[in-house]
Amino acid sequence: MGDAAVEIEDAGLRFGDRTLWSGLDLQVAPGEFLAVLGPNGSGKTSLLRVLLGLQQLSAGSVRVAGNPPGRENRKVGYIPQQRALDESLTLRGVDLVGLGLDGHRWGLGVSGLRERRRRIARAISSVGAESYARSPVGRLSGGEQQRLRVAQALIGDPDVLLCDEPLASLDLTHQRVVSELIDERRRTAGTAVLFVTHEINPILEYVDRVLYLVNGHFEIGAPDEVMNSRVLSELYGTHVEVLRIGGQIHVAGAQSALCEDEVHHHVDQHVS
Amino acid sequence: MEKLFDFDLTARLLALDVVQTALLAAAVLGLVAGLLGPFIVMRRMSFAVHGTAELAFTGAAAALLLGVGVGIGALAGAVVAALLLGLLSRRESERDSVIGVILSFGLGLGVLLLWFYPGRASQKFGILVGQIVAVDSTDLTALLVSAVVVLAVLAVIYRPLLFSSVDPAVAVARGVPVHVLGPLFAVLVGIATALGVQIVGALLVVALMVTPAAAAARITASPWRATVLAIVFAEVAAVGGIVLSLAPGAPVSFFVTAISFAIYVGCRVVAFVRGRSARSLTEPAAPPAPVPPGR
Repeated sequence: MGDAAVEIEDAGLRFGDRTLWSGLDLQVAPGEFLAVLGPNGSGKTSLLRVLLGLQQLSAGSVRVAGNPPGRENRKVGYIPQQRALDESLTLRGVDLVGLGLDGHRWGLGVSGLRERRRRIARAISSVGAESYARSPVGRLSGGEQQRLRVAQALIGDPDVLLCDEPLASLDLTHQRVVSELIDERRRTAGTAVLFVTHEINPILEYVDRVLYLVNGHFEIGAPDEVMNSRVLSELYGTHVEVLRIGGQIHVAGAQSALCEDEVHHHVDQHVS
Repeated sequence: MEKLFDFDLTARLLALDVVQTALLAAAVLGLVAGLLGPFIVMRRMSFAVHGTAELAFTGAAAALLLGVGVGIGALAGAVVAALLLGLLSRRESERDSVIGVILSFGLGLGVLLLWFYPGRASQKFGILVGQIVAVDSTDLTALLVSAVVVLAVLAVIYRPLLFSSVDPAVAVARGVPVHVLGPLFAVLVGIATALGVQIVGALLVVALMVTPAAAAARITASPWRATVLAIVFAEVAAVGGIVLSLAPGAPVSFFVTAISFAIYVGCRVVAFVRGRSARSLTEPAAPPAPVPPGR
Protein backbone atom coordinates (compact mmCIF):
# COMPACT_ATOMS: atom_id res chain seq x y z
CA MET A 1 0.00 0.00 0.00
CA GLY A 2 2.94 2.30 -0.55
CA ASP A 3 0.96 4.17 -3.17
CA ALA A 4 -1.90 5.25 -0.91
CA ALA A 5 -2.54 9.00 -0.93
CA VAL A 6 -2.99 9.07 2.83
CA GLU A 7 -1.59 6.42 5.18
CA ILE A 8 -2.46 6.50 8.85
CA GLU A 9 -0.99 3.74 11.02
CA ASP A 10 -1.99 2.98 14.58
CA ALA A 11 -2.47 6.68 15.15
CA GLY A 12 -3.64 8.18 18.40
CA LEU A 13 -4.31 11.73 19.51
CA ARG A 14 -4.52 12.74 23.15
CA PHE A 15 -4.96 16.12 24.77
CA GLY A 16 -3.91 15.78 28.41
CA ASP A 17 -5.82 12.75 29.72
CA ARG A 18 -8.51 13.02 27.05
CA THR A 19 -8.09 10.59 24.18
CA LEU A 20 -9.74 11.82 20.97
CA TRP A 21 -9.03 8.58 19.16
CA SER A 22 -6.41 5.83 19.18
CA GLY A 23 -5.46 2.79 17.13
CA LEU A 24 -6.62 4.48 13.96
CA ASP A 25 -5.52 2.65 10.82
CA LEU A 26 -6.65 4.21 7.59
CA GLN A 27 -5.45 4.23 4.03
CA VAL A 28 -7.04 6.45 1.46
CA ALA A 29 -6.42 5.50 -2.17
CA PRO A 30 -5.89 8.03 -4.95
CA GLY A 31 -9.28 9.13 -6.25
CA GLU A 32 -11.12 7.92 -3.17
CA PHE A 33 -13.76 10.08 -1.52
CA LEU A 34 -13.73 9.65 2.26
CA ALA A 35 -16.25 11.42 4.47
CA VAL A 36 -15.20 12.10 8.05
CA LEU A 37 -18.25 12.29 10.30
CA GLY A 38 -18.94 12.51 13.99
CA PRO A 39 -20.27 14.79 16.70
CA ASN A 40 -18.49 17.95 17.77
CA GLY A 41 -15.34 17.35 19.77
CA SER A 42 -14.84 13.88 18.30
CA GLY A 43 -11.58 14.96 16.68
CA LYS A 44 -12.61 15.40 13.03
CA THR A 45 -10.91 18.73 12.65
CA SER A 46 -7.94 17.55 14.73
CA LEU A 47 -7.48 14.76 12.20
CA LEU A 48 -7.29 17.35 9.42
CA ARG A 49 -4.80 19.35 11.47
CA VAL A 50 -2.65 16.24 11.82
CA LEU A 51 -2.76 15.70 8.06
CA LEU A 52 -1.80 19.34 7.49
CA GLY A 53 1.16 19.03 9.85
CA LEU A 54 -0.30 21.52 12.34
CA GLN A 55 -0.83 18.93 15.06
CA GLN A 56 1.51 16.16 16.21
CA LEU A 57 0.15 12.67 16.78
CA SER A 58 0.46 11.24 20.29
CA ALA A 59 1.10 7.83 18.82
CA GLY A 60 1.50 6.14 15.45
CA SER A 61 2.51 7.57 12.12
CA VAL A 62 0.94 9.32 9.16
CA ARG A 63 2.01 10.01 5.60
CA VAL A 64 0.31 12.36 3.20
CA ALA A 65 1.07 12.10 -0.52
CA GLY A 66 4.05 9.93 0.42
CA ASN A 67 5.57 12.42 2.87
CA PRO A 68 5.31 13.25 6.55
CA PRO A 69 2.56 15.87 6.95
CA GLY A 70 3.60 19.47 6.46
CA ARG A 71 6.65 18.51 4.40
CA GLU A 72 5.13 18.66 0.95
CA ASN A 73 2.24 21.04 1.46
CA ARG A 74 2.31 21.75 -2.24
CA LYS A 75 0.68 18.38 -2.84
CA VAL A 76 -2.12 19.05 -0.38
CA GLY A 77 -5.09 21.26 -1.15
CA TYR A 78 -7.24 22.66 1.62
CA ILE A 79 -10.78 24.03 1.49
CA PRO A 80 -11.93 25.77 4.67
CA GLN A 81 -15.41 26.42 5.91
CA GLN A 82 -16.99 29.46 4.33
CA ARG A 83 -16.86 32.51 6.54
CA ALA A 84 -17.46 36.18 6.05
CA LEU A 85 -14.56 38.09 4.56
CA ASP A 86 -14.18 41.80 5.20
CA GLU A 87 -16.08 43.66 2.49
CA SER A 88 -13.33 46.24 2.03
CA LEU A 89 -10.53 43.67 1.77
CA THR A 90 -8.27 44.56 -1.17
CA LEU A 91 -8.43 41.14 -2.72
CA ARG A 92 -10.15 39.86 -5.85
CA GLY A 93 -11.11 36.32 -6.75
CA VAL A 94 -8.12 36.03 -9.06
CA ASP A 95 -5.81 37.04 -6.22
CA LEU A 96 -7.36 34.52 -3.84
CA VAL A 97 -6.89 31.73 -6.37
CA GLY A 98 -3.36 32.93 -7.16
CA LEU A 99 -2.40 32.67 -3.49
CA GLY A 100 -3.26 28.99 -3.68
CA LEU A 101 -0.69 28.64 -6.45
CA ASP A 102 2.31 30.50 -4.99
CA GLY A 103 1.23 32.40 -1.87
CA HIS A 104 3.48 30.22 0.29
CA ARG A 105 6.62 30.99 -1.74
CA TRP A 106 9.22 33.53 -0.72
CA GLY A 107 10.15 36.42 -2.98
CA LEU A 108 8.09 38.65 -5.23
CA GLY A 109 7.47 36.07 -7.94
CA VAL A 110 7.91 38.40 -10.87
CA SER A 111 9.04 35.71 -13.29
CA GLY A 112 6.58 33.55 -15.18
CA LEU A 113 3.71 35.99 -14.76
CA ARG A 114 2.11 35.02 -18.05
CA GLU A 115 2.05 31.33 -17.14
CA ARG A 116 0.70 32.25 -13.71
CA ARG A 117 -2.14 34.24 -15.26
CA ARG A 118 -2.94 31.39 -17.59
CA ARG A 119 -3.15 28.84 -14.78
CA ILE A 120 -5.31 31.12 -12.67
CA ALA A 121 -7.67 31.70 -15.58
CA ARG A 122 -7.92 27.96 -16.16
CA ALA A 123 -8.61 27.22 -12.49
CA ILE A 124 -11.30 29.91 -12.40
CA SER A 125 -13.02 28.68 -15.54
CA SER A 126 -12.95 25.11 -14.19
CA VAL A 127 -15.24 26.22 -11.36
CA GLY A 128 -17.28 28.56 -13.58
CA ALA A 129 -16.32 31.69 -11.65
CA GLU A 130 -15.27 33.89 -14.59
CA SER A 131 -18.07 36.42 -14.17
CA TYR A 132 -17.07 37.52 -10.66
CA ALA A 133 -13.37 36.61 -10.47
CA ARG A 134 -12.35 40.27 -10.65
CA SER A 135 -14.75 41.51 -7.99
CA PRO A 136 -13.64 42.07 -4.39
CA VAL A 137 -14.00 38.69 -2.65
CA GLY A 138 -15.60 40.30 0.40
CA ARG A 139 -18.62 41.32 -1.69
CA LEU A 140 -19.27 37.85 -3.14
CA SER A 141 -21.89 35.46 -1.82
CA GLY A 142 -20.87 32.48 0.29
CA GLY A 143 -21.40 30.11 -2.62
CA GLU A 144 -19.31 32.22 -4.97
CA GLN A 145 -16.54 32.40 -2.39
CA GLN A 146 -16.55 28.64 -1.92
CA ARG A 147 -16.29 28.05 -5.66
CA LEU A 148 -13.21 30.24 -5.66
CA ARG A 149 -11.96 28.26 -2.66
CA VAL A 150 -12.22 25.08 -4.71
CA ALA A 151 -10.19 26.71 -7.50
CA GLN A 152 -7.67 27.97 -4.92
CA ALA A 153 -7.23 24.47 -3.49
CA LEU A 154 -7.01 22.73 -6.87
CA ILE A 155 -4.76 25.13 -8.78
CA GLY A 156 -1.63 23.52 -7.30
CA ASP A 157 -2.70 20.11 -8.66
CA PRO A 158 -2.82 18.45 -5.23
CA ASP A 159 -2.69 14.70 -4.69
CA VAL A 160 -4.78 15.05 -1.56
CA LEU A 161 -7.68 17.42 -0.97
CA LEU A 162 -8.62 18.16 2.63
CA CYS A 163 -12.02 19.77 3.12
CA ASP A 164 -13.21 21.18 6.43
CA GLU A 165 -16.98 21.65 6.31
CA PRO A 166 -16.79 23.39 2.92
CA LEU A 167 -20.57 23.24 2.47
CA ALA A 168 -21.54 24.69 5.84
CA SER A 169 -23.71 27.81 5.53
CA LEU A 170 -24.23 27.33 1.78
CA ASP A 171 -27.66 27.02 0.21
CA LEU A 172 -28.65 23.71 -1.40
CA THR A 173 -27.79 24.78 -4.94
CA HIS A 174 -24.28 25.80 -4.00
CA GLN A 175 -23.80 22.75 -1.79
CA ARG A 176 -24.48 20.73 -4.89
CA VAL A 177 -22.22 22.80 -7.15
CA VAL A 178 -19.28 22.72 -4.77
CA SER A 179 -19.53 19.00 -4.02
CA GLU A 180 -19.86 18.21 -7.72
CA LEU A 181 -16.70 20.18 -8.44
CA ILE A 182 -14.82 18.21 -5.79
CA ASP A 183 -16.19 14.91 -7.06
CA GLU A 184 -15.28 15.74 -10.65
CA ARG A 185 -11.74 16.53 -9.60
CA ARG A 186 -11.11 13.23 -7.89
CA ARG A 187 -12.58 11.36 -10.85
CA THR A 188 -10.54 13.14 -13.51
CA ALA A 189 -7.26 13.71 -11.63
CA GLY A 190 -7.26 10.91 -9.06
CA THR A 191 -7.08 13.31 -6.14
CA ALA A 192 -7.89 11.67 -2.81
CA VAL A 193 -10.59 13.59 -0.93
CA LEU A 194 -11.00 13.74 2.85
CA PHE A 195 -14.19 15.56 3.53
CA VAL A 196 -14.96 16.56 7.11
CA THR A 197 -18.65 17.24 7.50
CA HIS A 198 -21.48 17.14 10.02
CA GLU A 199 -24.01 16.34 7.33
CA ILE A 200 -23.47 13.46 4.91
CA ASN A 201 -26.53 13.86 2.70
CA PRO A 202 -25.23 16.56 0.32
CA ILE A 203 -22.26 14.34 -0.57
CA LEU A 204 -23.80 10.88 -0.05
CA GLU A 205 -23.84 9.97 -3.74
CA TYR A 206 -20.08 10.62 -4.05
CA VAL A 207 -18.82 9.04 -0.84
CA ASP A 208 -16.85 5.80 -1.16
CA ARG A 209 -16.15 5.30 2.51
CA VAL A 210 -17.04 6.88 5.81
CA LEU A 211 -14.87 7.41 8.88
CA TYR A 212 -17.25 7.91 11.80
CA LEU A 213 -15.67 9.18 15.02
CA VAL A 214 -17.49 9.15 18.38
CA ASN A 215 -16.00 9.56 21.85
CA GLY A 216 -12.70 7.91 21.07
CA HIS A 217 -14.30 5.10 19.03
CA PHE A 218 -14.55 4.96 15.29
CA GLU A 219 -15.86 2.88 12.44
CA ILE A 220 -14.63 2.82 8.84
CA GLY A 221 -16.51 1.43 5.86
CA ALA A 222 -18.90 2.05 3.01
CA PRO A 223 -21.78 4.39 3.92
CA ASP A 224 -24.23 1.48 4.24
CA GLU A 225 -21.87 -0.47 6.48
CA VAL A 226 -21.40 2.41 8.90
CA MET A 227 -24.56 4.48 8.65
CA ASN A 228 -26.95 1.92 10.08
CA SER A 229 -28.74 1.61 13.41
CA ARG A 230 -26.61 -1.26 14.71
CA VAL A 231 -23.17 0.29 14.11
CA LEU A 232 -24.06 3.81 15.20
CA SER A 233 -25.87 2.55 18.33
CA GLU A 234 -22.70 0.67 19.21
CA LEU A 235 -20.53 3.70 18.57
CA TYR A 236 -22.66 6.07 20.58
CA GLY A 237 -23.34 3.50 23.27
CA THR A 238 -27.01 4.33 23.18
CA HIS A 239 -29.93 3.52 20.92
CA VAL A 240 -29.67 5.39 17.65
CA GLU A 241 -32.13 4.97 14.80
CA VAL A 242 -30.81 5.42 11.27
CA LEU A 243 -33.51 6.01 8.69
CA ARG A 244 -33.11 6.05 4.93
CA ILE A 245 -35.67 8.31 3.32
CA GLY A 246 -35.60 9.11 -0.39
CA GLY A 247 -31.91 8.39 -0.80
CA GLN A 248 -31.01 10.40 2.29
CA ILE A 249 -29.74 9.22 5.64
CA HIS A 250 -31.26 10.57 8.83
CA VAL A 251 -29.85 9.79 12.23
CA ALA A 252 -32.43 9.99 14.99
CA GLY A 253 -32.25 9.51 18.75
CA ALA A 254 -29.64 10.67 21.22
CA GLN A 255 -29.92 14.10 19.62
CA SER A 256 -28.17 15.75 22.49
CA ALA A 257 -25.18 13.50 22.01
CA LEU A 258 -25.23 13.94 18.26
CA CYS A 259 -25.52 17.70 17.98
CA GLU A 260 -25.18 17.30 14.25
CA ASP A 261 -26.99 20.37 13.09
CA GLU A 262 -24.42 22.91 14.10
CA VAL A 263 -20.82 23.57 13.27
CA HIS A 264 -18.73 25.01 16.05
CA HIS A 265 -15.17 24.61 15.01
CA HIS A 266 -12.59 25.88 12.57
CA VAL A 267 -9.10 24.60 11.91
CA ASP A 268 -7.59 27.99 12.65
CA GLN A 269 -9.36 28.39 15.95
CA HIS A 270 -6.61 26.31 17.47
CA VAL A 271 -3.80 28.34 16.05
CA SER A 272 -4.83 31.93 16.53
CA MET B 1 -1.70 83.04 3.45
CA GLU B 2 -0.89 84.76 0.13
CA LYS B 3 2.63 83.50 0.79
CA LEU B 4 1.39 80.03 -0.08
CA PHE B 5 1.38 81.09 -3.72
CA ASP B 6 4.70 82.91 -3.64
CA PHE B 7 6.29 80.68 -6.25
CA ASP B 8 9.41 82.82 -6.37
CA LEU B 9 10.16 82.22 -2.73
CA THR B 10 9.32 78.53 -3.08
CA ALA B 11 11.72 78.19 -5.99
CA ARG B 12 14.50 79.90 -4.07
CA LEU B 13 13.98 77.70 -1.02
CA LEU B 14 13.89 74.56 -3.17
CA ALA B 15 17.45 75.30 -4.25
CA LEU B 16 18.70 75.03 -0.66
CA ASP B 17 20.61 71.91 0.34
CA VAL B 18 18.69 71.51 3.53
CA VAL B 19 15.38 71.55 1.64
CA GLN B 20 16.60 69.05 -0.92
CA THR B 21 17.73 66.71 1.84
CA ALA B 22 14.30 67.05 3.39
CA LEU B 23 12.61 66.26 0.08
CA LEU B 24 14.75 63.19 -0.43
CA ALA B 25 13.95 62.01 3.09
CA ALA B 26 10.25 62.56 2.46
CA ALA B 27 10.40 60.70 -0.84
CA VAL B 28 12.06 57.70 0.82
CA LEU B 29 9.49 57.72 3.60
CA GLY B 30 6.66 57.97 1.09
CA LEU B 31 7.93 54.90 -0.73
CA VAL B 32 8.30 52.82 2.43
CA ALA B 33 5.00 53.97 3.91
CA GLY B 34 3.17 53.36 0.64
CA LEU B 35 4.52 49.82 0.40
CA LEU B 36 3.71 48.87 3.98
CA GLY B 37 0.40 50.72 4.10
CA PRO B 38 -1.83 48.18 2.32
CA PHE B 39 -0.64 45.45 4.69
CA ILE B 40 -1.28 47.71 7.68
CA VAL B 41 -4.84 48.27 6.47
CA MET B 42 -5.46 44.58 5.66
CA ARG B 43 -4.12 43.50 9.03
CA ARG B 44 -6.08 46.24 10.84
CA MET B 45 -2.96 47.66 12.41
CA SER B 46 -3.73 51.40 12.23
CA PHE B 47 -3.94 51.72 15.98
CA ALA B 48 -0.76 49.65 16.35
CA VAL B 49 1.02 52.14 14.07
CA HIS B 50 -0.18 54.97 16.27
CA GLY B 51 1.01 53.14 19.40
CA THR B 52 4.36 52.37 17.81
CA ALA B 53 4.76 56.01 16.86
CA GLU B 54 4.14 57.13 20.44
CA LEU B 55 6.87 54.81 21.65
CA ALA B 56 9.17 56.10 18.93
CA PHE B 57 8.52 59.49 20.49
CA THR B 58 9.47 58.11 23.92
CA GLY B 59 12.67 56.68 22.47
CA ALA B 60 13.46 59.96 20.74
CA ALA B 61 12.86 61.88 23.96
CA ALA B 62 15.20 59.55 25.83
CA ALA B 63 17.82 59.97 23.10
CA LEU B 64 17.51 63.74 23.28
CA LEU B 65 18.10 63.64 27.04
CA LEU B 66 21.05 61.24 26.73
CA GLY B 67 22.56 63.25 23.92
CA VAL B 68 22.52 60.44 21.35
CA GLY B 69 20.87 60.81 17.95
CA VAL B 70 17.13 61.32 18.00
CA GLY B 71 16.84 59.03 14.99
CA ILE B 72 18.49 56.15 16.83
CA GLY B 73 16.25 56.73 19.85
CA ALA B 74 13.11 56.76 17.73
CA LEU B 75 14.19 53.58 15.98
CA ALA B 76 14.91 51.79 19.25
CA GLY B 77 11.62 52.92 20.76
CA ALA B 78 9.59 51.87 17.72
CA VAL B 79 11.18 48.44 17.41
CA VAL B 80 10.75 47.75 21.13
CA ALA B 81 7.12 48.84 20.80
CA ALA B 82 6.55 46.59 17.80
CA LEU B 83 8.01 43.59 19.61
CA LEU B 84 6.07 44.35 22.81
CA LEU B 85 2.80 44.68 20.93
CA GLY B 86 3.55 41.48 19.07
CA LEU B 87 4.33 39.54 22.23
CA LEU B 88 1.61 40.88 24.49
CA SER B 89 -1.27 40.78 22.06
CA ARG B 90 -1.27 37.25 20.74
CA ARG B 91 -5.01 37.18 21.10
CA GLU B 92 -7.00 39.29 18.68
CA SER B 93 -9.41 40.28 21.44
CA GLU B 94 -6.66 41.80 23.58
CA ARG B 95 -4.86 43.68 20.85
CA ASP B 96 -6.73 46.93 21.11
CA SER B 97 -6.43 47.24 24.85
CA VAL B 98 -2.74 46.24 24.94
CA ILE B 99 -1.94 48.99 22.43
CA GLY B 100 -3.87 51.52 24.51
CA VAL B 101 -2.05 50.48 27.67
CA ILE B 102 1.43 50.65 26.15
CA LEU B 103 0.75 53.81 24.16
CA SER B 104 -0.42 55.85 27.12
CA PHE B 105 2.43 54.77 29.38
CA GLY B 106 5.02 55.43 26.66
CA LEU B 107 3.63 58.89 26.00
CA GLY B 108 3.65 59.71 29.71
CA LEU B 109 7.22 58.53 30.04
CA GLY B 110 8.21 60.62 27.03
CA VAL B 111 6.68 63.74 28.57
CA LEU B 112 8.70 63.16 31.75
CA LEU B 113 11.89 62.70 29.75
CA LEU B 114 11.26 65.93 27.87
CA TRP B 115 10.63 67.75 31.13
CA PHE B 116 14.12 66.71 32.26
CA TYR B 117 15.63 67.95 29.00
CA PRO B 118 17.18 71.39 29.49
CA GLY B 119 17.49 72.28 25.79
CA ARG B 120 15.33 74.33 23.47
CA ALA B 121 11.59 73.84 23.47
CA SER B 122 11.41 73.75 19.68
CA GLN B 123 13.41 70.56 19.64
CA LYS B 124 11.01 68.97 22.10
CA PHE B 125 8.09 70.05 19.97
CA GLY B 126 9.89 68.76 16.88
CA ILE B 127 9.72 65.08 17.76
CA LEU B 128 5.99 65.35 18.31
CA VAL B 129 5.05 67.23 15.17
CA GLY B 130 8.08 66.76 12.93
CA GLN B 131 11.16 68.78 12.07
CA ILE B 132 11.92 67.88 8.52
CA VAL B 133 14.48 70.63 7.90
CA ALA B 134 16.51 69.33 10.83
CA VAL B 135 17.32 66.13 8.92
CA ASP B 136 21.09 66.20 8.36
CA SER B 137 23.30 63.98 6.25
CA THR B 138 23.93 61.36 9.00
CA ASP B 139 20.20 61.11 9.59
CA LEU B 140 19.73 60.76 5.87
CA THR B 141 22.21 57.89 5.69
CA ALA B 142 20.45 56.11 8.55
CA LEU B 143 17.15 56.75 6.82
CA LEU B 144 18.36 55.30 3.53
CA VAL B 145 19.88 52.23 5.19
CA SER B 146 16.71 51.53 7.19
CA ALA B 147 14.58 51.99 4.10
CA VAL B 148 16.70 49.58 2.08
CA VAL B 149 16.47 46.99 4.89
CA VAL B 150 12.69 47.32 5.06
CA LEU B 151 12.31 47.06 1.28
CA ALA B 152 14.62 44.04 1.04
CA VAL B 153 12.84 42.11 3.79
CA LEU B 154 9.46 43.02 2.35
CA ALA B 155 10.52 41.78 -1.08
CA VAL B 156 11.41 38.39 0.40
CA ILE B 157 8.26 37.92 2.50
CA TYR B 158 5.83 39.68 0.16
CA ARG B 159 3.72 36.73 -1.01
CA PRO B 160 3.53 34.78 2.27
CA LEU B 161 2.78 38.04 4.08
CA LEU B 162 -0.06 38.81 1.70
CA PHE B 163 -1.37 35.25 2.09
CA SER B 164 -1.30 35.35 5.88
CA SER B 165 -2.80 38.85 5.96
CA VAL B 166 -5.85 38.17 3.80
CA ASP B 167 -6.42 34.44 4.26
CA PRO B 168 -4.74 33.20 7.46
CA ALA B 169 -6.66 29.92 7.77
CA VAL B 170 -5.57 28.64 4.37
CA ALA B 171 -2.10 30.17 4.69
CA VAL B 172 -1.52 28.15 7.86
CA ALA B 173 -2.76 25.04 6.11
CA ARG B 174 -0.34 25.63 3.25
CA GLY B 175 2.61 25.83 5.64
CA VAL B 176 3.07 29.61 5.74
CA PRO B 177 4.78 30.56 9.06
CA VAL B 178 2.02 32.97 10.02
CA HIS B 179 3.27 33.37 13.59
CA VAL B 180 6.72 34.45 12.43
CA LEU B 181 5.48 36.83 9.76
CA GLY B 182 3.24 38.80 12.14
CA PRO B 183 6.00 39.98 14.52
CA LEU B 184 8.44 40.41 11.64
CA PHE B 185 6.03 42.70 9.86
CA ALA B 186 5.46 44.59 13.12
CA VAL B 187 9.21 45.26 13.29
CA LEU B 188 9.22 46.52 9.70
CA VAL B 189 6.37 48.84 10.61
CA GLY B 190 8.37 49.93 13.66
CA ILE B 191 11.37 50.86 11.53
CA ALA B 192 9.22 52.75 9.04
CA THR B 193 7.41 54.51 11.86
CA ALA B 194 10.70 55.65 13.33
CA LEU B 195 11.58 57.16 9.96
CA GLY B 196 8.23 58.87 9.85
CA VAL B 197 8.61 60.29 13.34
CA GLN B 198 11.61 62.31 12.19
CA ILE B 199 9.76 63.77 9.27
CA VAL B 200 6.14 64.33 10.20
CA GLY B 201 6.49 63.64 13.93
CA ALA B 202 5.03 60.99 16.17
CA LEU B 203 1.55 62.43 16.25
CA LEU B 204 1.03 62.47 12.51
CA VAL B 205 2.81 59.41 11.26
CA VAL B 206 -0.52 57.70 10.66
CA ALA B 207 -1.17 60.23 7.92
CA LEU B 208 1.57 58.62 5.81
CA MET B 209 1.45 55.02 6.98
CA VAL B 210 -2.30 54.45 6.97
CA THR B 211 -4.27 57.15 5.15
CA PRO B 212 -2.80 56.63 1.63
CA ALA B 213 -3.40 52.88 1.78
CA ALA B 214 -6.88 53.33 3.24
CA ALA B 215 -7.65 55.73 0.37
CA ALA B 216 -6.32 53.27 -2.21
CA ALA B 217 -8.40 50.44 -0.73
CA ARG B 218 -11.50 52.53 -1.45
CA ILE B 219 -10.96 52.57 -5.19
CA THR B 220 -9.34 49.24 -6.05
CA ALA B 221 -9.54 45.65 -4.87
CA SER B 222 -6.32 44.59 -6.57
CA PRO B 223 -3.51 44.22 -4.00
CA TRP B 224 -0.73 45.39 -6.29
CA ARG B 225 -2.72 48.28 -7.72
CA ALA B 226 -3.55 49.32 -4.16
CA THR B 227 0.17 49.28 -3.36
CA VAL B 228 1.08 51.42 -6.38
CA LEU B 229 -1.67 53.92 -5.53
CA ALA B 230 -0.66 54.01 -1.86
CA ILE B 231 2.92 54.84 -2.87
CA VAL B 232 1.76 57.60 -5.22
CA PHE B 233 -0.59 59.06 -2.57
CA ALA B 234 2.08 58.92 0.13
CA GLU B 235 4.63 60.58 -2.15
CA VAL B 236 2.24 63.34 -3.11
CA ALA B 237 1.43 63.97 0.55
CA ALA B 238 5.00 63.83 1.86
CA VAL B 239 6.81 65.69 -0.93
CA GLY B 240 3.90 67.95 -1.75
CA GLY B 241 3.45 68.83 1.90
CA ILE B 242 7.03 69.99 2.22
CA VAL B 243 6.93 72.05 -0.98
CA LEU B 244 3.72 73.80 0.05
CA SER B 245 5.04 74.55 3.50
CA LEU B 246 8.17 76.31 2.23
CA ALA B 247 6.88 79.76 1.32
CA PRO B 248 4.57 80.36 4.27
CA GLY B 249 7.08 78.75 6.63
CA ALA B 250 4.18 76.95 8.28
CA PRO B 251 4.50 73.48 9.88
CA VAL B 252 5.11 70.69 7.38
CA SER B 253 2.83 68.40 9.37
CA PHE B 254 -0.27 70.39 8.54
CA PHE B 255 0.33 70.23 4.80
CA VAL B 256 1.25 66.56 4.78
CA THR B 257 -1.82 65.54 6.73
CA ALA B 258 -4.10 67.90 4.83
CA ILE B 259 -3.04 66.52 1.45
CA SER B 260 -3.31 62.99 2.76
CA PHE B 261 -6.78 63.64 4.10
CA ALA B 262 -7.91 65.35 0.89
CA ILE B 263 -6.81 62.32 -1.13
CA TYR B 264 -8.72 60.04 1.21
CA VAL B 265 -11.90 62.09 0.94
CA GLY B 266 -11.48 62.19 -2.84
CA CYS B 267 -11.18 58.39 -3.01
CA ARG B 268 -14.29 57.94 -0.88
CA VAL B 269 -16.21 60.23 -3.19
CA VAL B 270 -15.00 58.27 -6.23
CA ALA B 271 -16.04 54.98 -4.56
CA PHE B 272 -19.46 56.41 -3.69
CA VAL B 273 -20.13 57.68 -7.20
CA ARG B 274 -18.96 54.40 -8.72
CA GLY B 275 -21.11 52.39 -6.33
CA ARG B 276 -24.18 54.38 -7.30
CA SER B 277 -23.64 54.09 -11.02
CA ALA B 278 -22.86 50.37 -10.72
CA ARG B 279 -26.07 49.80 -8.81
CA SER B 280 -28.20 51.70 -11.31
CA LEU B 281 -26.65 49.64 -14.11
CA THR B 282 -27.05 46.20 -12.59
CA GLU B 283 -30.44 46.57 -11.01
CA PRO B 284 -32.38 44.34 -10.93
CA ALA B 285 -29.85 41.94 -9.44
CA ALA B 286 -27.32 40.34 -11.79
CA PRO B 287 -28.43 37.04 -13.33
CA PRO B 288 -27.49 34.01 -11.21
CA ALA B 289 -24.24 32.28 -12.04
CA PRO B 290 -24.65 29.28 -14.35
CA VAL B 291 -25.20 26.07 -12.44
CA PRO B 292 -24.10 22.79 -14.00
CA PRO B 293 -27.04 20.41 -14.43
CA GLY B 294 -27.48 17.80 -11.70
CA ARG B 295 -26.21 14.32 -12.20
